[in-house]
Amino acid sequence: MTAPVASTPAVEFRALRKHFGRVTALDGVEIAVAAGRVTALVGPNGAGKSTLIKCLLGLVRPDEGAMLLAGVQLGDGYEYRRGVGYMPQAPRFPDNLTGREVVEMLRDLRGHAARTDEDLLEWFGEPGALDRPVRVLSGGTRQKLNAVIAFLFRPKLLILDEPTAGLDPVASGTLKDKIQQVRDAGATVVLSSHLMAELEELAEDLVFLVEGQVRYAGPLAGLKERTGEAGLERAMAALLRRGSA
Amino acid sequence: MRTTTRVLKYELHNVVRSRAVLVYTVLLFLLTDVLFRFGGDGARVVISLLNVVLLLVPLVSVVFGTMYVYGAREFTELLLAQPVSRRALFAGLYLGLALPLAGAFLVGVGLPFVIHARPEAALWGPLAMLLTAGLLLTFVFTAVAMLLATLFDDRAKGLGGAILIWLTCAVLYDGVILLLITMFREYPLERPVLALTLLNPIDLGRVLLLLQFDTAALMGYTGAVFEKFFGTSVGRVTVLGVLLIQATVPLLLASRVFRRKDF
Repeated sequence: MTAPVASTPAVEFRALRKHFGRVTALDGVEIAVAAGRVTALVGPNGAGKSTLIKCLLGLVRPDEGAMLLAGVQLGDGYEYRRGVGYMPQAPRFPDNLTGREVVEMLRDLRGHAARTDEDLLEWFGEPGALDRPVRVLSGGTRQKLNAVIAFLFRPKLLILDEPTAGLDPVASGTLKDKIQQVRDAGATVVLSSHLMAELEELAEDLVFLVEGQVRYAGPLAGLKERTGEAGLERAMAALLRRGSA
Repeated sequence: MRTTTRVLKYELHNVVRSRAVLVYTVLLFLLTDVLFRFGGDGARVVISLLNVVLLLVPLVSVVFGTMYVYGAREFTELLLAQPVSRRALFAGLYLGLALPLAGAFLVGVGLPFVIHARPEAALWGPLAMLLTAGLLLTFVFTAVAMLLATLFDDRAKGLGGAILIWLTCAVLYDGVILLLITMFREYPLERPVLALTLLNPIDLGRVLLLLQFDTAALMGYTGAVFEKFFGTSVGRVTVLGVLLIQATVPLLLASRVFRRKDF
């Protein structure tokens, strides 16, 4: 165990490698995610974004390297996940449970009786919406339930995978406001999205992964400066072209 | 243990409300009820239910179980991202799947006996054995379902494996034994056949139930050997023990794979 020091990154990946058979998903990834900021995790399909997120959540075990959360190296334990909120992309909840039961299940598992953040539960303000079985909920409502669970336990680290996918513009706006609110309160947010406008609106830092390697890690503005492009999409395209040239 | 019971509580809510489990319960109830209404007394109904228990229970357990675990894959990942141990989560998921299926069998088959059967002492032994065999087969084949769905990421492979294992235990295995008996008919095969029977949970269930009705006499010398072993208390305890092992081994393997798996 490494003792935490002041201004320690919220998350650090050190020489992280992961292979699935002959496929290299992560190839010596070195990233330091600054605490109290929103960091975008981007890259083409198959770049290793999901594998990196899953490594941090303990869903995938890296072959080599180390991961540190607030300066403390992660081992085989699971208690560290008490401080982590996760919003997966398009989750499937048990069909026959109601939304409320899903929330209660997570609450029971976490053992949180009080101090939960129930702001987003306002989404389910209409009578009975949270008391319907998940199988009859629309995709957007399931995504709202997904967000409620991620924010509910006031995590210090939030991992959001395509968080606004399937949400209507109003709900999407509410969620973005919520992300900024928790960031202002000191939480660290790691955000994976294919919506460049969303990233430009929310993210301060950016990690660009290509074929399991970090092509860029730093402030979002720094990427645009380096490539000479005004927009994020063009800046990443420019970086990709340089890499393949 | 606390995590297991918490997962179990919500899994039970989910599986018990599943339409498939409801249909399974009603189907077993109607089948048993109809057998009573068509003039069967308790003992006849038990014999008529023999093949239902030996074929339908393993099929439903392994196929429904495999499909359920694949269907719950994304939610399992969300649960794994919570501060819970994989071992406890796995136990909760297994029990949450096996207990509702066992309950469905117990209610579906047991309730018509409560309604229709006359309280004869001679009925209780065979009925208890029928229910025990059904419950153990549910636990064995649900454990197999957990193993297959944990082992294979590809849903088609897992489901194919489930059907293949059921087909092997229900049909092919007996065919192979029959072939061996025919090929080596010059040799005394009673004991090897007895040993082979111990390997197949469906055969074990069949032998346990048939011996309740003294049908061993119809099987000649082999039947006598079977009766001599399985008919005794030691034999019955051995069979129940072997069925428990057959449920435990795939379950432990599945738990091991689950704990080490990349999701």
